[in-house]
Amino acid sequence: MKNIKVLGPGCAKCKTTYNNVIEALKQTGIEAEVIKIEDIEEMMKYNILTTPVLIIDGEIKVKGRVADVNEIKLLLT
Amino acid sequence: MFNWLQYFADWLVYSVFGISSQTHLGEALNFFVFDTLKIFVLLFLITTIMGIVNSYFPVDKVRNFLSRNRMYGFEYLFASSFGVITPFCSCSSVPLFIGFVKGGIPLGITFTYLITAPLVNEVAIAIFAGAFGFKVTALYIVTGIVLGIIGGFVLGKLKLEKHLSPWVQGIIANAQTEEEMLYDKQSLLQRFPLILKEAFNIVKGVSLYIIIGIAIGGAMHGFLPTGFFEQYINKGQWYAVPLAVVMGVPMYSNAAGVIPVVQVLVVKGIPLGTAIAFMMGVIGLSLPEAMLLKKVMNWKLIAIYFGTTALFMILSGYLFNIIL
Repeated sequence: MKNIKVLGPGCAKCKTTYNNVIEALKQTGIEAEVIKIEDIEEMMKYNILTTPVLIIDGEIKVKGRVADVNEIKLLLT
Repeated sequence: MFNWLQYFADWLVYSVFGISSQTHLGEALNFFVFDTLKIFVLLFLITTIMGIVNSYFPVDKVRNFLSRNRMYGFEYLFASSFGVITPFCSCSSVPLFIGFVKGGIPLGITFTYLITAPLVNEVAIAIFAGAFGFKVTALYIVTGIVLGIIGGFVLGKLKLEKHLSPWVQGIIANAQTEEEMLYDKQSLLQRFPLILKEAFNIVKGVSLYIIIGIAIGGAMHGFLPTGFFEQYINKGQWYAVPLAVVMGVPMYSNAAGVIPVVQVLVVKGIPLGTAIAFMMGVIGLSLPEAMLLKKVMNWKLIAIYFGTTALFMILSGYLFNIIL
C-alpha cells in the first residue's frame, strides 16, 4: 500500500491537491494511506519552502503548486 | 502595441452590436472588451515569461544562494530581486520564512524577500501593465524592490529575534548553510508544457476577479464624468494616502479585480500616488498572511512588520504624488 502525504497549512491550493489525490486514487483503484499535514512544525521536517507539497512513499514529487488528477495518476503508477 | 485589440473592440461594439460610440453604454462596453482582452493577453504572456525565468531560479536555489553568500549589503538587493521572479502564495509564507532562517539567512533579508515577493508578482505586473502602461509598471516594480530592501534593512536593524516563537528561535540557533539540493535536470523544452499549464492555471484562478473588476471599471468609465473624484480626493489631503494603504490591506484576495477599478478611479480624478499606495496595500499586505505568521512570531513582531511595510508604502504614495 502506498503512503501519500499532502503538506500545506490549509490554503485553497492545498485542499485542491488533497482532493485531486483522492480523485486519482478513486479513478485508478489504487489503495493508499493519505495523510494531510497541516502543522507547520511537522511540515518543516520535510525541508520544504513552498506549499502545497505532495509526497508519495517518502519522496517529494510536487512542491509549490497544485498537482492535477492526471499528473497524480502518472506519479502513482 | 495594442491597437489591434482596440480595432477589434471598436468593431465588435460599434459594428457588430451596433451600439453608438457616443452612448454611455457603448463607451462602457468598448472599455470592457478592450481592457479584458488586453489584460488577459498580458497576463498570459507575463506569467509564462515569469514561469520560464523561475524555472531557472527556483526558490530552493535562491535560498541556498542567500544562505551561502554575504555580499556587503548587496544580499538585500538580491533577496528583493529574487522576490520579484519567484511566484508567491501567502500560504507559503510560513514554510518560506522557516526555510530561510533555517539556512542561516538573517531576519532582515528574510523580511526583504517576504515584503517584495507578494508585492511584485506576475499577476500584479500584468494587470498594472494593462491598466497603467509600462512606465507606471516599471516604477511600481522598482518601488517594490526598493521598498523590500529598505523595509528588510530597517527590520533587520531592530533586533527582533526575541519576538519569534521559541521553536523558531531553536531553529535559528541550529541554523546551518544548506547543502546542495537536487534540481530538475530537464531542459527548458521539456519543462515548457508544465510552465504553460501553470501560467494557464494562474490566469484561470484570477480571471473571475479580473472580469468583475473590469466590468465595474467599465461601468464607471462609461457613466461617470472625467475628474469626478477630484472633488472628493485630491493631492492636498494629507490623510488620503495612509487611509488608502490601510483600506487596501483587507482586500488581498481581490487584488486582481481591484487594479482595473483603480485604473478608472485614476482617470476620474484620484491622484496616481494615492492609487498606487492603495494597490500596494491590497497586494503586498494581507490578513491571511498575518494569521499564518502568528505560528512563527508574536503579534508584536507581526505588527512591527506590517507597520514598517505600510509606512514605506505610505511614503511611496506621497513621493509619487509629488513626482508624477
